[in-house]
Amino acid sequence: MGTMVVTAEKVKELQKVLNAQLLAIGVSLAILIDEAGNVIVAAGNENGVDTTSLAALAAANFGATAQIAKLLGEEDFSILYHKGKRDNIHFTKIGMDFILVTIFTDEIPLGLVRLRVNQVAQELLNLLSEND
Amino acid sequence: MALIDLNKREIHCKIVYYGPGRCGKTTNLFYIYNAVSEKYRGKLLTIETRGERTLFFDLLPINLGKIHGLDIRIQLYTVPGQSHYRATRKLVLKGVDGIVFVADSLRKRREKNIESLIDLKNNLKEYGLKLEELPLVFQYNKRDLINANIPLLTIEELENDLNKDLKAPYFEAAALKGIGVFETLKEISKRTVKYVARKYIFNQAHKRAQGGVL
Ligand SMILES: Nc1nc2c(ncn2[C@@H]2O[C@H](COP(=O)(O)OP(=O)(O)OP(=O)(O)O)[C@@H](O)[C@H]2O)c(=O)[nH]1
Ligand SMILES: [Mg+2]
Repeated sequence: MGTMVVTAEKVKELQKVLNAQLLAIGVSLAILIDEAGNVIVAAGNENGVDTTSLAALAAANFGATAQIAKLLGEEDFSILYHKGKRDNIHFTKIGMDFILVTIFTDEIPLGLVRLRVNQVAQELLNLLSEND
Repeated sequence: MALIDLNKREIHCKIVYYGPGRCGKTTNLFYIYNAVSEKYRGKLLTIETRGERTLFFDLLPINLGKIHGLDIRIQLYTVPGQSHYRATRKLVLKGVDGIVFVADSLRKRREKNIESLIDLKNNLKEYGLKLEELPLVFQYNKRDLINANIPLLTIEELENDLNKDLKAPYFEAAALKGIGVFETLKEISKRTVKYVARKYIFNQAHKRAQGGVL
């Protein structure tokens, strides 16, 4: 487990990816978190969103779902999706240790979000696992 | 997994309060929440079942000020102590950097304390971690009940049951009244930050030694 160090440059690079791929299609907020529930980087409109609590709950939620998958003999649910009246939230596992949380309104098609999230997953993972 | 964010100049560490059901973990967090000024704490997040039992976890983010120019952010978590929540406890331990083991001083909870410590070791083992290698502090809670004529374990008994081999620091506490709460928090924070920062500071020194710019 150990300690993860993110530099200012790394944050910029990660933010650039989230901006270019997710905010560009209208996603309101994208948050990259680690397995412990820490926010590594957030991009978009954080207004009124308690990202610390959100990250802790998202990590716990993902962990719980993974355990449920195990009980059912499933490999893993690598994607979680919750639909609300206004906002939708999408969780994707990035590698073994990270989760990408995307929040978007009904105006953005889920399929498009999924597509983009899949595309950025590898890019983010590469950035995260690069060691300086 | 601790996070050192050089962009915001913050260190994030995760400290977990572990221990049997009803030993007073949530009470510690409530006390800290109420005692710390708003400026230095985040929202207290609690997930409980009916009647104060923790179902998943409590979370209290606090800000401890600066070391080496980095803001120290600590996330305090509690686990649900009831024995059937083992899987949930394991999830909460994910990425832990430091542990407070809260033991119940009530004599009738003796076995529960011991069981909970074994459960902690087993859960850590599944993440490839060893309790002996992590920052750890014991808190012997509910010492106030000594005046209520309720049979309590002595400190010697608690030490012998739980801390004989680990030899971690311990604090006597009455969390409901806040006694020992901050002493515990201070000690575990100190140990955890030291543990987490070691790598970072080592890297810094190493880079400087090589004439790097960071
Ligand atoms: N007398 C006394 N009672 C305490 C003390 N600390 C906690 N309690 C009481 O013990 C009960 C359980 O406390 P909690 O903090 O909810 O216990 P917990 O460890 O979070 O329990 P779980 O969530 O089930 O794991 C509550 O009624 C508290 O008021 C203490 O120092 N002295
Ligand atoms: Mg509790």
